[in-house]
Amino acid sequence: MVIKGKVHKFGDDINTDDIIAAKYLVTTDERELGRHCMENIAADFSKQVYPGDIIVAGKNFGCGSSREHAPLAIKGCGISAVIAKSFAGIFFRNAINIGLPFLELENTEDIHQADKLEIDLSNGIIKNLTQDKIYKTQPFPEFLQKIISVAGLINYVKLKEGADNENRKRKA
Amino acid sequence: MGYTIAEKILLAHIDKNDIQPGEFIEASIDLALGNDITAPLAIEEFKKAGFKKVFDRDKIVLVPDHFTPAKDLRSAQQCKFLADFAREQKIRNYFEVGCVGIEHVLLPELKLVLPGDLVIGADSHTCTYGALGCYATGVGSTDLARAFIDGRCWFRVPNSLKFTYTGRLRKWLTGKDLILYTIGQIGVDGALGRVMEFVGPVIRRLNMDERFTISNMAIEAGACAGIIEPDEKTLRYIGSAPRRFKIYKSDKDAFYEKAYEYDVSELEPQVACPYLPSNVKPVGSLKDVKLDQVVIGSCTNGRLSDLRIAAEILKGKKIKSSLRLIVIPATQKIYLEAVREGLVEVFVKAGGIFSTPTCGPCLGGHMGILTEGERCLATTNRNFVGRMGHSHSEVYLSSPAVAAASAITGRITHPQEV
Repeated sequence: MVIKGKVHKFGDDINTDDIIAAKYLVTTDERELGRHCMENIAADFSKQVYPGDIIVAGKNFGCGSSREHAPLAIKGCGISAVIAKSFAGIFFRNAINIGLPFLELENTEDIHQADKLEIDLSNGIIKNLTQDKIYKTQPFPEFLQKIISVAGLINYVKLKEGADNENRKRKA
Repeated sequence: MGYTIAEKILLAHIDKNDIQPGEFIEASIDLALGNDITAPLAIEEFKKAGFKKVFDRDKIVLVPDHFTPAKDLRSAQQCKFLADFAREQKIRNYFEVGCVGIEHVLLPELKLVLPGDLVIGADSHTCTYGALGCYATGVGSTDLARAFIDGRCWFRVPNSLKFTYTGRLRKWLTGKDLILYTIGQIGVDGALGRVMEFVGPVIRRLNMDERFTISNMAIEAGACAGIIEPDEKTLRYIGSAPRRFKIYKSDKDAFYEKAYEYDVSELEPQVACPYLPSNVKPVGSLKDVKLDQVVIGSCTNGRLSDLRIAAEILKGKKIKSSLRLIVIPATQKIYLEAVREGLVEVFVKAGGIFSTPTCGPCLGGHMGILTEGERCLATTNRNFVGRMGHSHSEVYLSSPAVAAASAITGRITHPQEV
């Protein structure tokens, strides 16, 4: 899958209260959450996002609470992928589990606000169309690729359950 | 090479003979927890995927503690959604207002979590239970939905970091000061994806309440778990257990990615300044910081010993007239004990209020929201931008002792000054 979009830059330690404030956690609706994405630190952020745009941030993106509403809000406002130096543990697993594309990249400071990027998720290669540069990221470990390839954890479990039942039938 | 306590617990919950940091496992969990914010999303996922029955109704705990008693119509709907699911699935461990307390204080109190357990919770402070010598970690709602389905969860086996505390803590110094100091030293990603293991004579001398406070804030350094090996204090706290449990201890030759050692004899009370829990300074350097509100409570510091220490400082005193003091016991049991011991009278006579258990103000939910330009000193765990309300308000974090002393003077104050 190839993603193309404009960059919205953020710094280090962007936490889940930044991404979606707790007062909005009275809904599970992605689009409603999306309207308030990053509100505390960048008012009107959601209005500046065009579908396909990309967040590029520093270290420890998504630290803080476990709220899955955070990756949902990012998706809901139209962001197609997040690139950061590192991701906080629970945000990392939430993004894998719900199928929000994200990539770890060491030198995110080389990418600037409003740069145009093209990301090939199948090989982890990021093209900076504005600067005419290419960045390579590490592929996800095999186990995570399995979850990503079926678009999330619940599908993975359903397929696994199906396979287990098949095995049981065969053994019987 | 031996194993750490974290590796031993994870190994005991998979079908393998060996475990290595970095590998991916799918483990069987002993308990899965959700609250009124995270569980509705999990329940929706579970139902949307076409599942009808949870894997084991006795291994699921639902605690509507964040926005309860329901702060508005939409939170009431979320709570009802939770209650309906609990009824439909016959989940016994659902706690309605009247029984409910802050989840991370309630579960150990009810002995739902025991040493050696593997616990996941759709709440980042699930790491609190590590103080009992179990592996407890925060996950998301989809992880919780998956646990509803088959009682399993995926993990990447983490490396462990060892934190040793030596020396003697001065008067008024508590577990909260130790963990704030530690986060200040290593930063909010200093333990990213790692287990923090807390050891040494200072930890051994702490009571269980303080140990819970330390494990509770491991997530603020990015850790997936914060573990303290069980000892006689842990066993005394548990008393007679409702089921069997196992004590695990780290091997002497276990591998630690890094070891930190702190002599804490000279430590001053610690305060985390806006807007990160790692922005920690000694209390003495913040004398001029004036306050509008003080909150004593939360899953970090809403336990009985926290209320006792606050009452000891506030007894016979009045809080600064321009300031609001909000005291929130974490559970109904703590509430009642605070009534019995006369602590509530101390808080109310001092000019404070005493609330029913709720996470409330900690995450800017209700019961003490800050408006523009206001500043709060709280015994909670996070001080991010807008955490307790307006994006131009400020939260400082401290121990209950510093919070109580500061409520009297109206500025950040060392308890020895009042």
